[in-house]
Amino acid sequence: MLEKVNYAEIVHRCFRCGYCKFPSDYSEINCPSYAKYRFETYFSGGRMWLIRAWMNNEIEWSEHLGEIMYSCSTCRNCVEHCVFKFNEQLVDVFIAARSDMVERGLVPKKVGEFFNNLAKFGNPWGYAAKRLEWVGRDYANNEFLLHAGCVAAYDDRAKKSLKALLELLDVAGVDYGVFSDEICEGNEAVIMGEFGLFEQLMEQNRKRFEERGVKKVLTPDPHAFNAFRNYYGLDVVHHTQLLWNLVNDGELKVGKVEGKLTYHDPCFLGRWNGVYKEPRKLLSRIGSFYEMPRNRKDSFCCGGGSGNFYTDYLGGKDSPARMRVKEAAETAEILVTSCPVCLMMLDNAVSDEGLELDVRDISEVVLEALKS
Amino acid sequence: MYEELKAIVGEEFVSKEPEELYIYSSDPGTMPPVKPDYVVMPKTTEEVQKIVLLANKHKVPVVPMGGALSLSGLVRPLRGGIVVDMKRMDRIIEVNEKARYAVIEAGVSEGRLKAYLDKKYPSLRISTPDAPPIATVTANALIHGSGRLSQIYGFHSEMITGMEVVLPTGEICRVGSCSVSPYWFSRSPLPDLAGLFIGWFGRTGIVTKLGIKLFPKHRYRDVMIFVTENPSYVSDVIWRVAHTEMAEDITVWAQPRPEWAEGFQHTTIYVTADSEEELEFKKKIIRNALMDYIKQKEGGFLYLTPGMKAMFLQEPMSQLVRFADVRRGGGFEYVGAILPVDLFDVAYQKGLEIVERLGIDWAFSIRIIGRSHCMMFAYAYPFNRADEEDVERARKALHETNKAVLEMGGIPWKAEAPAQQLILESMDEGAKRLIKSVIEMLDPNGVMNPGNWEVK
Repeated sequence: MLEKVNYAEIVHRCFRCGYCKFPSDYSEINCPSYAKYRFETYFSGGRMWLIRAWMNNEIEWSEHLGEIMYSCSTCRNCVEHCVFKFNEQLVDVFIAARSDMVERGLVPKKVGEFFNNLAKFGNPWGYAAKRLEWVGRDYANNEFLLHAGCVAAYDDRAKKSLKALLELLDVAGVDYGVFSDEICEGNEAVIMGEFGLFEQLMEQNRKRFEERGVKKVLTPDPHAFNAFRNYYGLDVVHHTQLLWNLVNDGELKVGKVEGKLTYHDPCFLGRWNGVYKEPRKLLSRIGSFYEMPRNRKDSFCCGGGSGNFYTDYLGGKDSPARMRVKEAAETAEILVTSCPVCLMMLDNAVSDEGLELDVRDISEVVLEALKS
Repeated sequence: MYEELKAIVGEEFVSKEPEELYIYSSDPGTMPPVKPDYVVMPKTTEEVQKIVLLANKHKVPVVPMGGALSLSGLVRPLRGGIVVDMKRMDRIIEVNEKARYAVIEAGVSEGRLKAYLDKKYPSLRISTPDAPPIATVTANALIHGSGRLSQIYGFHSEMITGMEVVLPTGEICRVGSCSVSPYWFSRSPLPDLAGLFIGWFGRTGIVTKLGIKLFPKHRYRDVMIFVTENPSYVSDVIWRVAHTEMAEDITVWAQPRPEWAEGFQHTTIYVTADSEEELEFKKKIIRNALMDYIKQKEGGFLYLTPGMKAMFLQEPMSQLVRFADVRRGGGFEYVGAILPVDLFDVAYQKGLEIVERLGIDWAFSIRIIGRSHCMMFAYAYPFNRADEEDVERARKALHETNKAVLEMGGIPWKAEAPAQQLILESMDEGAKRLIKSVIEMLDPNGVMNPGNWEVK
């Protein structure tokens, strides 16, 4: 998976037909960066042609080209809807092109900051270490290592959802521990093309896992889930999967929550790793569940992936997150997700839009159902 | 000028960056790139008007753009200037269910209008072209596009009920019933000013809103494919099927790959109905119409697996775009020859002669327009855009095909600039003078997409 795709053999095969802009029914623009910017440069076809132009010296690298490349949240909507046989390689092409740019020292300013902080501090913001010390439950040969991921470890809103998850695990008697000095698993580093930094983070993490005897990882962060599952090759469980098992097995005895629920599929859980059923089974069990028009493989990305939660290339008044919460508000009263990045992006978007919509992590609604 | 454009559309929707200028310099076809000076994306008619007024002030060309999928380079700014990407103007303004029309902004895509009708007005449909779904309804109608209902109702340009246009001098005007009434139901019974803007490739103004006819959507759809091995039979096959008035859409395709398809002509017949009985009845009538061929073993219906049926019934047919990957090179372009149906055999043989002589990959794809009043005969040639010799071979085939089409009495559709000149060479002198006069009258400063329909 870490093998860099030879994009020189692929980029010229893109016809720029635009199927990749849409969901299955063509009802809305479903490529988050194209939905925000609307220039033909900002969808996968435009990027394919620009990579080829850069490769052939028809255009030079610029901060603007870098921003176009990094405004792709790698949500894989294009992979789902491209009609050509190379569709599976589309996002790999962007990652490989970013990697070549990184190797030549060509990255936009904000991306450079992201990488520097990650290298120096083990998180994108340059915050202090010992990020999970407050949990007070250091890993000691437990069944699961709970890996929070950068956003759940530092963002206040996401941290609240992590606390809800910890409470649920305690109620269910799940045997887990954390590394109080947890460091980033590096998913964003590899997706953003910093392969060297990713290798370094992976090596550090692997060493710690081996030293402390970690066999199974539990994470609420689909980005971390993706890296552990597909790059580290670890036995990893996402919290939606574990929570569903606990509820289904009666380990967590849940009641019902009030209000209409809808679910936003995190891209790194859904399109990247095919986890669609468990969160839906959970929500259907605990409340009145309604689908948004764009769901599962047609889900509309919050715009936070691939470091965009930090770089904010997809922020502003036309941000995908703001579009998404408006869609959710037309469907339900409670927007549930299962990713700290999505939670942070969508919660901020609700504030910006001034909507009467409650954004929650699935742990928080399960906890409410438990207490009801 | 950049500052003035920013003031009109907002900083985030104007660009003079090399990346945007590169992408907007070409479409996926073979025409060489021509860079614009600016790309802008207006949201309202008033913004379009201000852009056009600015272009007049600076005597700079303006080129309107929809999906940029004509493949013949129609939205390349041949004299530079401002490319106006219309796709932010994407409101579906009105659907009149009983009068069966929609009023839309010019940037509404075929896919979006189809999805909107499927969800909110399931008994109505548009005539979907087989272009990718990001193609805009307005641009497709304005270039005389055709689609899934063209066999019954004609070119998409004939489905236009009215329009709002920003003229080359910046005035806004409405044509059709909406110029008199709040309803966009028809271009009749007024002087038909819509003709001043249809088929002109943006040379006479920028259409900002469009009234478009909607049609009944039936509950059942099916597809039949009649196969012949002799192209001289096909025009009669089409005539017979059209005569039954039982078919919604008739297309013909022929291609050398896959192997089983080589040497055959496949007449694809779409049938729709509101009940299974009606559907079976229509299919029976069509089968009977072609029974002579079947009895003489000169033709027969192809057995279609459920997978094949699903592919043919898909709207738009995404399979068609995959033709661009035949040479693993991301390109194809076609000459869409508008021809009388009885020229099918001549057109087919001429096409084979060209592809055999040039040694080029090919596919022929034909859509019947009207009750076999005419057809759009697409001679499609794939190419590898990473191989300049391959691109040049396709360019040559397209040029030769354009010439051949005119010689046999047809007219290339959505003709690229060189093909427009070939058409003008064959055109009646009076018609040419009229084209020139219309352009000079409407566009005194010559700012609207110059280089197209240039009468020398």
